Amino acid sequence: MKRLTLKAEGAGRLVPPAILAACAFVLPPLLGAAGAAFLLTQLTMAAYYVLASLGLCALMGYAGQISLGQAGFFAIGGYASAFLCTRDLGPAASAPLARCLDLAGLLVRGADPYGKALLSLAPWLSGLLAVLLAAAVAALIGTPVLRLKGHYLAMATLGFGIVVEKVARGSKALGGADGISAVPGLALWPGLEVTGGRAARSANFTIAWLVLALGILALANLVRSRPGRALRALREGEEAALAMGIDTARYKLNVFVIAAVFAAVAGVLLTHYNGSIGPGEASSTRSVRYVAIVAVGGMDNLVGTLAAGLVLNFLSLRGVFGNYDDAVFGAILILIMLLSPEGKAARAFHSLLPRGKGAPR
Amino acid sequence: MHSALFVQYLVSGLIYGSIYAAVAIGFNIIYNATGIINFAQGEFAMLGGMLVATLSLSVPLWLAVAAAVALTAAAGAAVERVFLRPVARRGVFRMIVTTIGLSIVIREAALLAWGPSVRTVPFFSGNEVSSISAFGAHFSPQVLWVLGATALVVAGLTCFFKFTMMGKAMRGCAADRDGASLCGINPDFMVTVAFALSAGIGAFAGCIVAPLTQTHYGIGAELSIKGFTVAAFGGLGDSMAAVAAGLVLGMLESFSIVFVPEAYKDVVTICVLLALLFVKPSGLFGSRSAIALKDY
Repeated sequence: MKRLTLKAEGAGRLVPPAILAACAFVLPPLLGAAGAAFLLTQLTMAAYYVLASLGLCALMGYAGQISLGQAGFFAIGGYASAFLCTRDLGPAASAPLARCLDLAGLLVRGADPYGKALLSLAPWLSGLLAVLLAAAVAALIGTPVLRLKGHYLAMATLGFGIVVEKVARGSKALGGADGISAVPGLALWPGLEVTGGRAARSANFTIAWLVLALGILALANLVRSRPGRALRALREGEEAALAMGIDTARYKLNVFVIAAVFAAVAGVLLTHYNGSIGPGEASSTRSVRYVAIVAVGGMDNLVGTLAAGLVLNFLSLRGVFGNYDDAVFGAILILIMLLSPEGKAARAFHSLLPRGKGAPR
Repeated sequence: MHSALFVQYLVSGLIYGSIYAAVAIGFNIIYNATGIINFAQGEFAMLGGMLVATLSLSVPLWLAVAAAVALTAAAGAAVERVFLRPVARRGVFRMIVTTIGLSIVIREAALLAWGPSVRTVPFFSGNEVSSISAFGAHFSPQVLWVLGATALVVAGLTCFFKFTMMGKAMRGCAADRDGASLCGINPDFMVTVAFALSAGIGAFAGCIVAPLTQTHYGIGAELSIKGFTVAAFGGLGDSMAAVAAGLVLGMLESFSIVFVPEAYKDVVTICVLLALLFVKPSGLFGSRSAIALKDY
């Protein structure tokens, strides 16, 4: 049976980003004309969640390192940026550091929801710092965590996610169970802001899908490069990879940090888009969602992860799964493990999706 | 520290420790039989507590506990037969991910069945206000039930694995699966028994602690991670060490309140787990060579 193949490698790797970029500009007027512009909101949010899944795909699918802590990095990005740019520096305005920042134009003056004057960090700077923080945390915990294998690794990353959630839930400064709200928009360019609201809807859709296009392009380049082959070698057998002269510890750490950065960028952008973030974003159910999406996509398959992520997140955000929202993702995970990829049913299922190269696991 | 307060913390540490030990024993039984960690282990304890909360409304408490344990054990066996046996031959990774999916599905099913509210379970003897005094501290008689029941479970399991044919067969499978099947033992059946046993013990732990801690659909994930901490602490697969490690962790958690805010209590436990995994993955009592044999 001839199967539709769309390789995320070779020159074909340019096709998915190109399609995404085209959609980024074509879909808003198209949906607007069809009177369904309201769908753009969920499609924008779905794109950010997919971005986090793509990072996990590189880590779990290509490098073979399971992580149940992806939501933790997403939340670190979102929370750090939200915290930094909603923090009132007014009382400390005369401190040398604050004055330097102010003179450099890195502080913005605004008002909190009650109309009180606020002096706070510019959102683009807080976003950048948040991503750097996530990368630093990943680098810090990655060294010991990645020495673990199998269920030790799974449990350690799960534990990391739970720590992030508990800290967010237990800290007053982070808003406790309510999270942080009234997060201002993130200005990428004068007049171009990552923010919610009807007026900015189609521009934000374009931003989100272009970011997604860039993300998948970067990862597609990574996995077909020499480091990408090293990652796959290490997945197939760490000792063998080591014997081939691959510095497995370094490659594992690098891909772990890359995955964390993808999650944190997604977390920052979605938080500024929604204007809020809550501790639920760090929960283990969220992390399992990311794993489920990568599994549905075919593990070492960026395009599959992209397709599965867009469809499942969009349906979930539209409320199609109703009360069964989290259960659906758990059930999907079980079904994929039961059926794929050796099973016939799974092969039929996978043939629906464009496939990446590489042996099914 | 005030001596009465010290005893109070000690008692609460013992209770938490017993529960974590019971969950850890559940982990170990399944680990020994299959070589995997069952991420849904904590959900069994949750099911036990929730079932007894519901059943005790209509039947006597002892019957409710027995029924909850039996139902959860049956559920454990069913889960193994339906979801895990088909993937068992396809590697550890697949089994782990399956149990992760199962934990989410069981939790969500409990949410749909029982709703998000916190449930209470009647005390086994006395009621909320009855208390025993010792060394200046006051605690509920349920504490004695928890400690006694945990001791009973540990003793019972030891006898089961040492003296009964079934227990010996299970140990045989854990040591050498092929060798055991040459001796006429059915390894697949032993795995099912392991899941039933482990689910039953988890449910029993959930039942006896529920009067003190109350219960709701979401307690499973935390119990899982703490139970795993304890199992890893003691050295995976060693149930006796798990009891000791459980008590250590329980104490650590209850005394940590002195130093950090209550909200961060669980963070302390998990950080201990992470630190332990990094420093000594074979556990406090486990040997490095034993871990080398068990790659996963």
